[in-house]
Amino acid sequence: MNNSKGRFGIHGGQYIPETLMNAVQELEEAYEFYKNDPAFNRELTDLLNNYAGRPSRLYYAEKMTRDLGGAKIYCKREDLNHTGAHKINNVLGQALLAKKMGKTRLIAETGAGQHGVATATAAALMDMECVVFMGEEDTKRQALNVYRMRLLGARVIPVTTGTRTLKDAVSEAMREWTSRIADTHYCLGSVMGPHPFPTIVRDFQAVISREIKEQMLRAEGRLPDAVIACVGGGSNAIGSFYHFIEDQSVRLIGCEAAGRGIYTKETAATVNTGRLGIFHGMKSYFCQDEFGQIAPVYSISAGLDYPGVGPEHAYLHDIGRAEYVPVTDEEAVEAFEYLSKTEGIIPAIESAHAVAYARKLAPQMKKDQILVITISGRGDKDCAAIARYRGENIHE
Amino acid sequence: MSKIHTAFEKGKAFIAFVTCGDPDLETTAEVVRSAVANGADLVELGIPFSDPTAEGPVIQGANLRALAGGVTTDKIFDFVKDLRKDVAIPLVFMTYANVVFSYDAEKFMARCRDCGIDGLILPDLPFEEKEEFLPICRKVGLDLISMIAPTSEDRIQKIAKEAEGFLYIVSSLGVTGTRSEIKTDLESIVAHVRANTKIPCAIGFGISTPEQAGKMAAVADGVIVGSAIVKLIEKHGKDAAGPVGEFVRVMKEAL
Repeated sequence: MNNSKGRFGIHGGQYIPETLMNAVQELEEAYEFYKNDPAFNRELTDLLNNYAGRPSRLYYAEKMTRDLGGAKIYCKREDLNHTGAHKINNVLGQALLAKKMGKTRLIAETGAGQHGVATATAAALMDMECVVFMGEEDTKRQALNVYRMRLLGARVIPVTTGTRTLKDAVSEAMREWTSRIADTHYCLGSVMGPHPFPTIVRDFQAVISREIKEQMLRAEGRLPDAVIACVGGGSNAIGSFYHFIEDQSVRLIGCEAAGRGIYTKETAATVNTGRLGIFHGMKSYFCQDEFGQIAPVYSISAGLDYPGVGPEHAYLHDIGRAEYVPVTDEEAVEAFEYLSKTEGIIPAIESAHAVAYARKLAPQMKKDQILVITISGRGDKDCAAIARYRGENIHE
Repeated sequence: MSKIHTAFEKGKAFIAFVTCGDPDLETTAEVVRSAVANGADLVELGIPFSDPTAEGPVIQGANLRALAGGVTTDKIFDFVKDLRKDVAIPLVFMTYANVVFSYDAEKFMARCRDCGIDGLILPDLPFEEKEEFLPICRKVGLDLISMIAPTSEDRIQKIAKEAEGFLYIVSSLGVTGTRSEIKTDLESIVAHVRANTKIPCAIGFGISTPEQAGKMAAVADGVIVGSAIVKLIEKHGKDAAGPVGEFVRVMKEAL
């Protein structure tokens, strides 16, 4: 693979149409320059702190700790960021980068709508045009976020191809980018797609683990024993893991959406049920059939409803550095309710997958051990859908 | 080297694209034979993919119809073997990297050779990633076709120098689909290509009328037409062979 770039072990690469190659190479060059540019970094830090509200809190969940009777549990509160999720960390970085590159228009895909809202927000702030592609199915599941994006001045295009969910939104955003490159930056929302996106998005999200480390050392004087985060494409998870990868004592656990279970077809647990493939610009693990047709995956969570996983996660799985565990819809919904009642924190249904696994793991750990759960987003957007899941007739 | 060059030896080449199995393989066979009888010099056979990111709505639709109809890569290999009994012109597969990769590339290429396929076009395999499949293609004598886009600029030289079979020149930005107007400066792109390679170049994406085909053929060695043919198949279904043949005849005459 002499020419191939952006590899994580065998994963990653740039499997995209020739039309986009110059665009991703320009992006890579710009990123390599600006990531070391003090002025760019000052500007980004200022936005993260004064606009997005960083650093986010590392909260000691005392009641949950007592209730589960094992490890001491901390929640990394990405849900408290402006726009309500970790997505803003990446978007502010990419929007600023796009602006420096002279782009005037941002396009994005979105699943749950959190990345779309974050992109629309950054576009409003930075006077850029914004178009968001969202699966038609997801525009129904997350109607409130569609309105939010429009309120922020973005155009939301419902995608009616394929399964009408996140993967189709990514495909449509890629198609749009090939037709309009000169003034447009594709603000990809996760650690996926062709190089340099998995690296850029990881670097912008790595602020999460950098802060956890500092905050944990201040609070406990030591590193945590485990860090748990949910994984769709995997951006909040890689952000939560990144600065702990070298610290072998810290278990890194990614929670995949198992939907109705990994032994059913209605699942989106890619590492647990998928196999190696090439799609959306990268080599990684994908849910697919024997002929390589991408599977129509399912999860209650629109944000985790994706048939692939970022290439760095695939690599961390291969080398055994991170574990990827499946969490079902039912477990996630129970955790959604549990964290709300126990700590007064309504997590996003995506983040509830991480909470669900923490509920299983914490009791098996010793009382002097420490577990961190990344609460990647807040759950207001999910209330109506979860109420309906529980049989209540609530509509937004 | 494959026999792809023979498609360009009788004047300007007309290259037709069809999605295998849309609406079924029997119709695809009739359509291909009809295109050949009416002057097609090379046929691109699309192996459908669930998520064809380089295609516009027309070919996306064909991919989904074919998959819904139950076509698989294995069935397509058998279909080509049968087609080869009376179709002699060069045939290439056009599909996506995952279809080849997941089948096991070694096994895929071997079956291509066995059923008489001459080349492979993978729109999501740019120059930087071609080592993924190139050594395996070489082993069985299959040409891995390279693409050049309006945005390729400085990349044209390295792509053209290592290209084989023919060069697929993408006429415009965006995905496949018919266009009322093609504004790219194709003359200068083709000149840049020709300065770096002797293999023929064909222009595709957006060509649907005899006027467009004539204009493009004046610039390059051949034209590739996909969406316009797929639209006819969508419209006429199992009876598409006649209308496609007539369309190919008119287009070929315009070259």
